[in-house]
Amino acid sequence: MTWALVFLAAIMACVIAYLLSQTLNRQPWLANDPLENRPAGMPQSLDPRKIGLGIFLAVVTSMFGLFFSAYAMRMGLADWVRVDEPRILLVNSGILLLASVAMQWAVFAARRDELRATRRAMLAGGALTLMFLAGQWLAWQELRDAGWYMRSNPASAFFYLLTALHGLHLVGGLWVWANTVQRLFAEEKIGERRRSVELCTVYWHFLLLVWFFLFILLLAT
Amino acid sequence: MAVAVVLILLVIGSLIFHFWSPWWFTPIASNWGMIDETVNITFWVTGIVFVAVNLFMAYAVLKYRHREGNKAAYEPENKKLENWLTVITSLGVAAMLAPGLLVWGKVVTVPEDAIEVEAVGQQWAWSYRYPGRDGVLGTTSIRHVSPVNPFGIDPDDPNGQDDVLVDGDDMHLPLDRPVKLLLRSKDVLHNFTVPQFRVKMDLVPGMVSYIWLTPTRTGRFDVLCEELCGLAHFAMRSKVVVEEEAEFEAWLANQPSHATMVARAQTSAPAGQALYAVCSACHGAQGEGNEVLNAPKLAGQDSWYIAHQLKNYKSGARGTHEDDVYGRQMAPMAMTLADDDAIANVAAYIESLPDAKVSSKITGNTKRGKELYTTCGTCHGARGGGVWTTHAPRLANMDDWYIKRQLENFKAGIRGSHPYDAYGQQMVMMSKILGDEQAIDDLVAYLNTL
Amino acid sequence: MAYVAIADRDDPHALHHPKSWVTRYVWSQDHKVIAIQYGLTAIAVGLVALVLSGMMRLQLGFPDTFSFIDPADYYQFITMHGMIMVIYLLTALLLGGFGNYLIPLMLGARDMVFPYMNMLSYWVYLLAVLVLMASFFVPGGPTGAGWTLYPPQAITEGTPGAGWGIILMLASLAIFIVAFTMGGLNYVTTVLQARCRGMTLMRMPLSVWGIFMATILGLLAFPALFVSAVMMTLDSIIGTSFFMPAILSLGETTDYEGGSPILFQHLFWFFGHPEVYIVALPAFGIVSDLLSTHARKNIFGYRMMVWAILAIGGLSFVVWAHHMYVSGMNPYFGFFFATTTLIIAVPTAIKVYNWVLTLWKGDIHLNVPMLFSIGFIFTFVHGGLTGLFLGNVVVDVPLSDTYFVVGHFHMVMGVSPILVIFGAIYHWFPKMTGRMYNDFWGKAHFWLTLLGTYSIYLPMHYLGILGVPRRYFAMGSTDFVPDSAQAMNAGITISAIIVAVVQLIFLVNMVWSLFKGKKTDGNPWKATTLEWQTPDTPPAHGNWGDKLPVVYRWAYDYSVPGAKDDFIPQTEPPAPGVVAGREHGVEHS
Repeated sequence: MTWALVFLAAIMACVIAYLLSQTLNRQPWLANDPLENRPAGMPQSLDPRKIGLGIFLAVVTSMFGLFFSAYAMRMGLADWVRVDEPRILLVNSGILLLASVAMQWAVFAARRDELRATRRAMLAGGALTLMFLAGQWLAWQELRDAGWYMRSNPASAFFYLLTALHGLHLVGGLWVWANTVQRLFAEEKIGERRRSVELCTVYWHFLLLVWFFLFILLLAT
Repeated sequence: MAVAVVLILLVIGSLIFHFWSPWWFTPIASNWGMIDETVNITFWVTGIVFVAVNLFMAYAVLKYRHREGNKAAYEPENKKLENWLTVITSLGVAAMLAPGLLVWGKVVTVPEDAIEVEAVGQQWAWSYRYPGRDGVLGTTSIRHVSPVNPFGIDPDDPNGQDDVLVDGDDMHLPLDRPVKLLLRSKDVLHNFTVPQFRVKMDLVPGMVSYIWLTPTRTGRFDVLCEELCGLAHFAMRSKVVVEEEAEFEAWLANQPSHATMVARAQTSAPAGQALYAVCSACHGAQGEGNEVLNAPKLAGQDSWYIAHQLKNYKSGARGTHEDDVYGRQMAPMAMTLADDDAIANVAAYIESLPDAKVSSKITGNTKRGKELYTTCGTCHGARGGGVWTTHAPRLANMDDWYIKRQLENFKAGIRGSHPYDAYGQQMVMMSKILGDEQAIDDLVAYLNTL
Repeated sequence: MAYVAIADRDDPHALHHPKSWVTRYVWSQDHKVIAIQYGLTAIAVGLVALVLSGMMRLQLGFPDTFSFIDPADYYQFITMHGMIMVIYLLTALLLGGFGNYLIPLMLGARDMVFPYMNMLSYWVYLLAVLVLMASFFVPGGPTGAGWTLYPPQAITEGTPGAGWGIILMLASLAIFIVAFTMGGLNYVTTVLQARCRGMTLMRMPLSVWGIFMATILGLLAFPALFVSAVMMTLDSIIGTSFFMPAILSLGETTDYEGGSPILFQHLFWFFGHPEVYIVALPAFGIVSDLLSTHARKNIFGYRMMVWAILAIGGLSFVVWAHHMYVSGMNPYFGFFFATTTLIIAVPTAIKVYNWVLTLWKGDIHLNVPMLFSIGFIFTFVHGGLTGLFLGNVVVDVPLSDTYFVVGHFHMVMGVSPILVIFGAIYHWFPKMTGRMYNDFWGKAHFWLTLLGTYSIYLPMHYLGILGVPRRYFAMGSTDFVPDSAQAMNAGITISAIIVAVVQLIFLVNMVWSLFKGKKTDGNPWKATTLEWQTPDTPPAHGNWGDKLPVVYRWAYDYSVPGAKDDFIPQTEPPAPGVVAGREHGVEHS
């Protein structure tokens, strides 16, 4: 459980540190405490959706952290068998990295108000993500052909479970991506869509990060 | 106003209940008196806080309850008071924690000279294993478990051959000797608890946990399972006997070793055939049973069950209750079997008898019977075929009049209430779900359909 | 960086305004309607759990009497009772109900930040409830594995409901977690983002602090339950061995190999312990506000109260294994977890002191909410102190898995939050409906509930010290349980049935008062917090009419020296002549 503790302790530490910084040395009963009389609220650059996404990512981090720690704890038991990871995973990692790059490109384009470049970059990002998912499917096939089924042993069970969960999160992301792309093509200006592109990109980067952790964990064991 | 008075009364009432209620720790029978001490320390510290906080609150309510013209004070905080309270609370917490951790240090450190005994849990019974003369327990695996080798001892491990096995009987421990109890489960989580010993621990399948203690008082105490382990969790009981070392050694010498058990399993049905002659007078040459003589059908029943019941008859665990008319007839018959080998042989012979279809007479509502049977089927098998691990005999295609009588006997405590009839006691508890005679008839009628 | 209050970009017309009865009351995006939907569903499902507990008590009090309760039923009742009460009643009611109702109103927001997701949260929660209830009607019935759902027994044959029941339970929990996450994202974002002008964090009422922290705990802790539910489902359906070692199942060998049941327990309690505080922290917060309002006095040590909530929240993540002292885990963990657990007692004790000190020198109006708050302090002190027994590893050993544990957690996590919930419902009922409840029956409800529950749970502790195990269908014959214990059990059952029936008083009082209660004005308790300052009672959609409120002071300006009334609403600008805070050397402008 140490993994989970590290993850969650970090998140909790940030939360509590932020809250403490807001609350230390305040004497709220003083009606004209200068610290209390400035307008409340968050910096303007942060819109609620961004905060919402941030919190959601914290939840997902917690979930993956706990899965990883369960994995680590299970690995410590005597009967652990290594899975031979399919080579294609390396290719898939590259593709997902490119997807993230494409999404970032879309953000830059959106910030420069270049609608067509944004559309293109978004489409590239989505297509690369679909390629990644297809690649993951191939990896599963390869594993199954090699005789590693979900119930063969704990290592392969974790492999299927964790890659499936990561894939499901990408599929969820693709749903939002599809909405955004559809609007990008329906509208003449980027305008409000810039935020959606940004949020999608943050999510993609996050899942790329999760994938790298996952990939290293799977490779190392 | 009333609330203040009631608060005071609740505090006083709690104290009265604490000091005068008849329920407190059972007299201790192990070296863990210091656990009781830590509980007492905790009671004192928390008790003082309980009384102080609630009486203060009652006083505050009484004194500052609303009356016309009252006005509350304005006091956002009082750093000094809050700091003092924090310090005092921390001291109180430390006063409980420090002795607790010291004692825990002792609980987790097993003395070098402790003897090892293994307690094995399974749904829903206890069994025990003692290292034989070599002083080492043989290695085990769940994959080796079979009716012949219920402990799953590795057949290739020489250390295991002389392990002494106690299955379906009391655990015995020597007085004043530290014991390390190794706890192992064959199926689900269990928990080994003897209230008089104070220490307890879960049994976790796939690993071996432990507790240690030194019994300090002779006697026979309940062993309970205290981790929910399925339907019959509450009926998973056993007994532990603490006795003088000499008695303990004598008892241990009388218990079979693993090698003996394996050898006994190589019984010959032909050897049992001669012994069965006595039985056949009532139970019939083919074990078909005879209702007129109140002798139930034996053919088709598993040998482990027959053997266990014969041992019960011999030891007096069955057939000694004054209202058990037919059991009392059976008891002297069982005495004719000289030893456990004879019992094993005759049981093996009975198992080899051809199983004929039994005629059924009892009728009832089989639909209701089926509902009732869901509880029974957990141990006896969904089709009533009997399950050896739960020590539950076959019920399907056995005499319905006999099953009905036994259920009535269990319910009335005529069978199974003897303190040495471990599995009978489970049936006493379980038979209570059959509310009336109709329920028994319905159940037996359903058994007839299996 | 420029700070912009939500007030500065307020646009009341941007709200999703309902057009028909259905969108107003059924597919509503109004946080108040969603809160009431959550509340009513939680209470309804809680009544089911109450009936289940009554059936259990019948069996325990009068064994061998009721032939319709067999062991399988009994274990199914305790499992469903526990799970429903903890998750589907307490968590849903305190966060989904009170969280939804109070956060926007107390912070001066028009609604939650994501109203559509808020609505979805309720309907997904309802789906979770329906899936759970469906398990009563599947072959084998609901799971009887105990609310902790420990494998292997949860998914092996000897346990009732090991087929369909456990799968539906796990599915329902996973759905609930989705619902909770959607709600939780809303609550946290709303607190961070949608506070009105002047509402700094330290001006938030403690109710919001408690709900806010509990939500953060929930968001981080529920994934642990999700993870374990997913893995156990796979063990059960596909036959993986995450939690399943090589075992026998009623005489049959299984294909499982090498899994770890203790891993499940770590995951479960990694969720399960914070869950205690997910329920407790909102109750702590709400009771602070009730005490302050009805004692006409500021909450004593507000800053300490906020820090205590933060400290408890942080520490609650490093105490989980105190539920596992006798689980067979490495016994040396006991030292660490006993220490962290007893440390958490310090901030908790500070909260208790501050509640009592709030009463000291107050002007205590013994209204129904105040009675429930005082009752809460009593039961919480009792339950909290017995927690020190179970948290201290060596003291826990003889008491674990006995009735002491049952008595303890019902006092601290059952009775205490429920008393707060009742108090809170009585407190905010006039705001939610515009009518007052019947005071006499409210008080009757309080007295019978408090005395009844105490007479249920106090004796249980002593049965536990005696050694009576929990989760026993029947005690049978033992050498250490005297007959008097059975007599006590019968007495407990009678109390339990009385307490259960008494809750009808509450239900009737609420329904009757909803239609026939005396009409009240918008602020019958003369409270300072924002929800009592709304232009309409009950508050209309959008809460604040045309203009968002502006906050000038903290939430506890009661009995301020020099002020005309004994309360000053948060919206009242500072006026010369009011000398609050002068002793701290700050001059007023």
